[in-house]
Amino acid sequence: MKKLSARRRHPLAAIVVLILALAATGGLYAAFAPAGEAKAEETAQSLAIDEGKKLYTVGCASCHGTGGQGTSDGPSLVGVGAAAVDFQVGTGRMPAQQPSQQVPKKKVVYTQAEIDQLAAYVASLGAGPAVPTTEQYDPAGADVANGGQLYRTNCAQCHNFTGEGGALTHGKYAPDLSDVDPKHIYQAMLTGPQNMPSFPDTVMPEQEKRDIIAYLDTVNGDDSATPGGLKLGGFGPVAEGLFGWVFGLGALVAVAVWVAARTAKAKKS
Amino acid sequence: MSNAASNESSRSRGKAPAGERVADWADGRLGIFSLAKANMRKIFPDHWSFMLGEVCLYSFIIIILTGVYLTLFFHPSMAEVEYHGSFVPLQGQLMSQAFESTVNISFEVRGGLLIRQIHHWAAIVFLAGMFVHMMRVFFTGAFRKPREINWLFGFLLFVLGMFTGFTGYSLPDDLLSGTGIRFMQGAILSIPVVGTYVSMFLFGGEFPGTDIIARFYSIHILLLPGIMLGLVVAHLILVFYHKHTQFAGPGRTNKNVVGMPLLPVYMAKAGGFFFLVFGVIAVMSAIATINPIWNIGPYRPDQVSTNAQPDWYMGFSEGLIRIMPGWEINFWGHTLVLGVFIPLMVFGLVMVAIAVYPFIESWVTGDKREHHILDRPRNAPTRTAFGAAWIALYFVLLVGGGNDLWATHFNLSINAITWFVRIGMFVVPVLVFIATKRICLGLQRRDKDKVLHGRESGIIKRLPHGEFIEVHEPLSQEQLHTLTAHEQYKPAEIGPTVDENGVERKVKASEKLRAKLSQGYYGEGNQIEKPTLEEFKEIEAGHGHH
Repeated sequence: MKKLSARRRHPLAAIVVLILALAATGGLYAAFAPAGEAKAEETAQSLAIDEGKKLYTVGCASCHGTGGQGTSDGPSLVGVGAAAVDFQVGTGRMPAQQPSQQVPKKKVVYTQAEIDQLAAYVASLGAGPAVPTTEQYDPAGADVANGGQLYRTNCAQCHNFTGEGGALTHGKYAPDLSDVDPKHIYQAMLTGPQNMPSFPDTVMPEQEKRDIIAYLDTVNGDDSATPGGLKLGGFGPVAEGLFGWVFGLGALVAVAVWVAARTAKAKKS
Repeated sequence: MSNAASNESSRSRGKAPAGERVADWADGRLGIFSLAKANMRKIFPDHWSFMLGEVCLYSFIIIILTGVYLTLFFHPSMAEVEYHGSFVPLQGQLMSQAFESTVNISFEVRGGLLIRQIHHWAAIVFLAGMFVHMMRVFFTGAFRKPREINWLFGFLLFVLGMFTGFTGYSLPDDLLSGTGIRFMQGAILSIPVVGTYVSMFLFGGEFPGTDIIARFYSIHILLLPGIMLGLVVAHLILVFYHKHTQFAGPGRTNKNVVGMPLLPVYMAKAGGFFFLVFGVIAVMSAIATINPIWNIGPYRPDQVSTNAQPDWYMGFSEGLIRIMPGWEINFWGHTLVLGVFIPLMVFGLVMVAIAVYPFIESWVTGDKREHHILDRPRNAPTRTAFGAAWIALYFVLLVGGGNDLWATHFNLSINAITWFVRIGMFVVPVLVFIATKRICLGLQRRDKDKVLHGRESGIIKRLPHGEFIEVHEPLSQEQLHTLTAHEQYKPAEIGPTVDENGVERKVKASEKLRAKLSQGYYGEGNQIEKPTLEEFKEIEAGHGHH
């Protein structure tokens, strides 16, 4: 100790301490850092990442930046995860056609394989939610009634009672959920695209997400029953009032005109 | 009325027919013969717009009939139950008995869903019918003396109809109507000083409590419909008493009614029309869903949905609230919620404006005579413009009430719509007022032109010297009468401000205002002088064309 203490003012002492400190932190990191995946998978994965990066550079980098760091035209993609990419590109929202209040759903321009490569690249930028598996979002066997209750508590204030969509501020909107792919509903809840809040598994467990998907599938699917007849858009009293005025009162006025036009003629004597 | 003599005579001729004997039996106890004799031949003029009131009456009857059926199955209780009916998406959910029984009416009771839909659609049509009926009465000036009281009865029916509708819409205790009740409670709470007391009284404590559905139930099925039924009867008695108004035409005067008798013609027409109205509403209810409460879900104060709007007749109050900035002032520790209280006051003003209009018009014009001949709307430009401006205001507020649907369906910003309505509710009625008045005056000019120069025939004639002219065909005597039958008024004058001794008379402010308004109604530029006989003769005496 005395020897060490005597040399503490040596000109190289600071450098030695720095080297020791770096070695210690590096060693600790190497010891605790997660071990790498299997080599074979790693190559396939890095191949996908490489391909994804090429696609990204052509289709996405102009707004999101060359390394996904984001620009003034588009947010950073570091840590958004593969699920976000699969949702945005898989529903055609990305690539955006123009900057506006909200990026609308439109025709999908990439194949699913390309989307997977893009997702792999974006996922490599930082850890984020992965693309869900079929078991995670499959509505079969989920609790529809519980889904309805969760839906009314968490979703209905923007998307309407049965997911017909609704208005948000300044031209933004909550989209219509009719016939949206269960995977995309799941991913939207998971990642919270655009104006939507996200509902990660810590907030809303996987089972509850499936319940909500099952509820939407029951009340707003392709073959949902409408026991009362035409659902008039499912928008509630405004649509009903319009229908009542136009077709109800309109028909009655037409009938009144018809009845009034047919009058009894007095017999001439 | 039966008398001994007729009994004697029928006896002497042997047994009278069964119908006569029944009638005689009833008349001897009820004395309805003279009443029937006086009224069965009552004359009604023919015009489709005179049947709008009938639409209302019949839909009211349909509402009562279907409503009675619904009461057999509805439980007005807020007791919490777990649902185990046939609708899967609600399985095992907690809900009030009121909601459960409404879902059961929809899915378990025979014909329940159809009856529910007929009840609700008929209510929508009833209110819409009253609205249009009032417009007809307003624009034709049918509210003038002696019918002001009946106008008020009609107005009350409309307002009570709104509230009966609102309480009925609230009964299922679903998420949509629960939000509506919360809205109403907010409005009550905003009333200074008494708001909190009234709310506590109405709800039996804090919102939502356990009483409000049962209370609304007795208001909806007993109190309000009872008053409305009485008003409908009074309304009809007055229609009989005043006799029906008619449009001007040859042979129609202020002292007669030209048309068909109640029995048999109108009895048959009205009876048939009842079934037509019932039929139209039943078809509507069979093909279109209204208020699918099973999708809307049971009310829970912690949930809300977008598209939470009232039925259309309350829509303008929703608009008032939606466009109002959330102003609030704190006054000695008491909060005054102007953001809700001001809309509440404007709501009242918009309604009261219709109620008092007949009295304002008769004060301004000084017209206290009886009127049984209707005005054509163009011949009363200022009144027509007022009516159109009111409807414009109402419509702008309805746009405000449905601002979210306008936003999503027309790709607009909801904020832009709100600002449009904020400004539009002041500007649009003024523009509509001016435009309507100009259109009325234009139509009056056209009438004058038609009277003096005849109808454009579309036949082009070439004269020998090469000139082209259009041949105008003179109107028939009937048409000439109809176009010139309306009265034209002179604006009220203040009169000399100095009496015969040269002493200045004090002119009251109200007198000045009245003269100004009267000028606005009948002054220069506010009506087109109708053609005089001299003008007509001069042109007649001249050449056939012009």
